[in-house]
Amino acid sequence: MPNMSLKKVKMPEQDPNLRNKNFSEVALGYSVEEAKEEASRCLNCKQRFCVDGCPVNVPIPEFIQAVLSEDFKKAYDIITSENSLPAICGRVCPQENQCEGKCIRTKKGESVAIGRLERFVADYMMADTTSNSQLLPKNNRKVAVVGAGPAGLTCAGELAKKGYSVTLFEALHEVGGVLMYGIPEFRLPKDLVAKEIEKIVQMGVTIQKNVIVGKSITIDELMAEGFEAVFIGSGAGLPNFMNIPGENLNGVYSANEFLTRSNLMKAYAYPNSPTPIHIGQKVAVIGGGNVAMDAARTAKRLGADEVYIIYRRSEAELPARLEEIHHAKEEGIIFKLLCNPIGIYGNDGWVEKMECIEMELGEPDASGRRKPVVKPNSSHFVAVDTVIIAIGQSPNPLIRTTTPGLDVTNWGGIVVCEDTMSTTKENVYAGGDVVTGAATVILAMGAGKKAAQAIHQKLASHGN
Amino acid sequence: MYKIIKKEKLNNSVEKMTILAPYVARKCEPGQFVIVCADEGDERIPLTIQDYDRESLTVSIIYQVVGYSTKKIARKNEGDYLAHFAGPLGVAAHLGKKKRVLGIGGGVGAAPLYPQIKKLFGAGTECDVILGGRSSEFVILREEFEAISKVYVATNDGSLGLQGFVTDILKDLIAKGNHYDEVITIGPLIMMKAVVEITKPLQIPTMVSLNPIMIDGTGMCGGCRVTIGGQTKFACVDGPDFDGFEVDFDECMRRQNMYKTHEDHACKIGLGGEQNA
Ligand SMILES: Cc1cc2nc3c(=O)[nH]c(=O)nc-3n(C[C@H](O)[C@H](O)[C@H](O)COP(=O)(O)OP(=O)(O)OC[C@H]3O[C@@H](n4cnc5c(N)ncnc54)[C@H](O)[C@@H]3O)c2cc1C
Ligand SMILES: Cc1cc2nc3c(=O)[nH]c(=O)nc-3n(C[C@H](O)[C@H](O)[C@H](O)COP(=O)(O)OP(=O)(O)OC[C@H]3O[C@@H](n4cnc5c(N)ncnc54)[C@H](O)[C@@H]3O)c2cc1C
Ligand code: SF4
Ligand code: SF4
Ligand code: FES
Repeated sequence: MPNMSLKKVKMPEQDPNLRNKNFSEVALGYSVEEAKEEASRCLNCKQRFCVDGCPVNVPIPEFIQAVLSEDFKKAYDIITSENSLPAICGRVCPQENQCEGKCIRTKKGESVAIGRLERFVADYMMADTTSNSQLLPKNNRKVAVVGAGPAGLTCAGELAKKGYSVTLFEALHEVGGVLMYGIPEFRLPKDLVAKEIEKIVQMGVTIQKNVIVGKSITIDELMAEGFEAVFIGSGAGLPNFMNIPGENLNGVYSANEFLTRSNLMKAYAYPNSPTPIHIGQKVAVIGGGNVAMDAARTAKRLGADEVYIIYRRSEAELPARLEEIHHAKEEGIIFKLLCNPIGIYGNDGWVEKMECIEMELGEPDASGRRKPVVKPNSSHFVAVDTVIIAIGQSPNPLIRTTTPGLDVTNWGGIVVCEDTMSTTKENVYAGGDVVTGAATVILAMGAGKKAAQAIHQKLASHGN
Repeated sequence: MYKIIKKEKLNNSVEKMTILAPYVARKCEPGQFVIVCADEGDERIPLTIQDYDRESLTVSIIYQVVGYSTKKIARKNEGDYLAHFAGPLGVAAHLGKKKRVLGIGGGVGAAPLYPQIKKLFGAGTECDVILGGRSSEFVILREEFEAISKVYVATNDGSLGLQGFVTDILKDLIAKGNHYDEVITIGPLIMMKAVVEITKPLQIPTMVSLNPIMIDGTGMCGGCRVTIGGQTKFACVDGPDFDGFEVDFDECMRRQNMYKTHEDHACKIGLGGEQNA
């Protein structure tokens, strides 16, 4: 008899007033008992709506049944048959729009906590280092993967499993992409990311860090070196600015810079890390997505007294994961919604205040969301000493400008055939944020996996 | 890991290292730079490529020991390794065909100037070079420059060449009727600004090399943004060389001091070897 409780089993969390001063993980994970209790809420449906909601089709009811019968190894094998980074996806997938959003139990009450269960299984099995994946013998065919974010890592891992000699080229000195430099420690611990990456490396992928494709070597040069196919998973790393006055004042950051300093360069541990970060008493973060929530919560942890999220639409439109919005509020982040900055002003070169106007929601626009319109005579000043701009990122131009034959959209995304992720250039594939614009970890992984299959099909059909 | 093949001391605070770095050495051009971490976990700092050898796949850097990262690099010896060495970054200097060029290098700024003058000289351009420094020991690469150009020197204390600033020599050369198709100046921001204040009214095209604070060097953080002709540019991908007439130097100087309170070393000498030039 399934457990008909309308609510998910709560996951233990650090107290908001403690955690907003440290960088340890916020959500602490289920115990075996809690996991089994939550697993008993799953109806093991014949028509698996939840699976349809998952971009990589994790066999959800099957793994949950395995949890129920305490066969965590089996649960892990079921999940990893479709998803190679379960500890990460369990933590960062926007489940409310994906698997959990489709779960039948949302018709009455809360969905099954699929993400939390996935995380539980992955964490439980983390200690188990034996790789269960079947490695095919090496076929001595070389494939290059550009960018070591979720798209590139997944593509590299899948190809390595199939016997290819894969070299992964990464521009930075650490692999992981946004998982390393963007998403903070308190939401996604870095040693956990490192362990997941280690599993992929164990499959025999060669990693070349500090190689900026387009600068250190071009795609054409990689092909000339004998790589038979190239997968581009270079992400959307170029920060957008607002083009309002005062954006170059001292104290104004892009979220990328702010988070990179804190996460990748470990400025949160300053002065024990050599990279500094500036944090004032009052911090305004512009934007309403995951990036904005991460920047705001990081600023709070670094000691800011007041942190604002400034977003031009209303709460219902906030694009961030629901859980992160709740967490941000609990931690004391102040939401200034329907508010848009129009200028930043300084004193002695440093940010002093920001001019904002209030917005109202008008008619729905092309995206179906109600369009914010300016409320007349609503201009006002907000005193701030740090401004963090988190209004989106676009693909970096380094690769597209050095790769003849690669078609891109007007916003710089690489054009691909969606069935195979092949680009307009022969034997060059792409996926993840560089194709979709800033999206999600699981979509990037899905694209990497699809491309790996297509590359295998193409190369296998062409013999040696 | 990037092996240090050779290390030389150029003066008390400036050193040169030759590093085995195949990806950089195969592709780099004058004007480009690398991002270096001394050891794992260290800050990423930008350093200009001073010279390179495509055969031995080595790249040379010249750095002034000013703070934490450069001290850590300086502690290493031949045979040791730098943890990270990424590049080449930035756009190559635009070294079109010119008849006569004047290079002006302040302090360690002479290092990045060198490959540009060398390339111009190789292409048949007549080059004059002014080197400046606080005192004689801060004037570096003089002999190397003398082999490819006519060299003038100014030091603040008069211990070598003229006592004064590089701009005093610049004014003098122009007053004497020397005509230059272009001036290329690399050094402290205050010096480059002073040079442009002289060349701009005379409409002598002037390229400057900006050195804002950087992290990734690939266009990912926007920390290196500078205002050029009223537009925001990322110095790491659009530069570091820019048309000096268009640069907002005051903004650059302000942004460069963003972490001043964090860098607890006595003198703020930036890229060049002098406080003023
Ligand atoms: C702060 C933040 C929070 C987020 N939170 C969430 C969340 O909670 N849930 C979620 O699902 N998604 C979240 N996202 C989005 C998610 O992280 C991305 O959609 C995902 O990482 C995209 O993966 P990718 O592999 O395409 O690119 P990336 O992760 O961006 O990786 C690209 C990699 O390529 C490298 N690279 C770039 N150019 C080159 C080059 N020329 N040569 C070599 N290497 C190169 C980069 O250095 C990087 O390592 C968040 C993003 C950010 C920034
Ligand atoms: C494109 C470019 C090329 C450069 N080329 C050279 C070179 O060839 N030789 C050389 O000696 N110096 C060069 N510099 C300057 C060099 O990067 C700094 O001297 C170095 O970062 C100082 O680090 P530190 O930890 O030793 O000193 P710190 O005490 O941290 O800083 C000293 C000063 O260096 C600057 N600085 C600090 N951190 C950075 C950073 N991450 N990025 C840029 N500047 C920073 C600041 O102005 C600071 O006031 C270059 C800078 C740029 C942007
Ligand atoms: S991968 Fe993401 S969407 Fe799929 S089941 Fe796991 S948490 Fe849900
Ligand atoms: S839809 Fe919900 S209840 Fe049904 S199998 Fe999926 S997770 Fe279980
Ligand atoms: S250094 Fe980060 S964008 Fe230039």
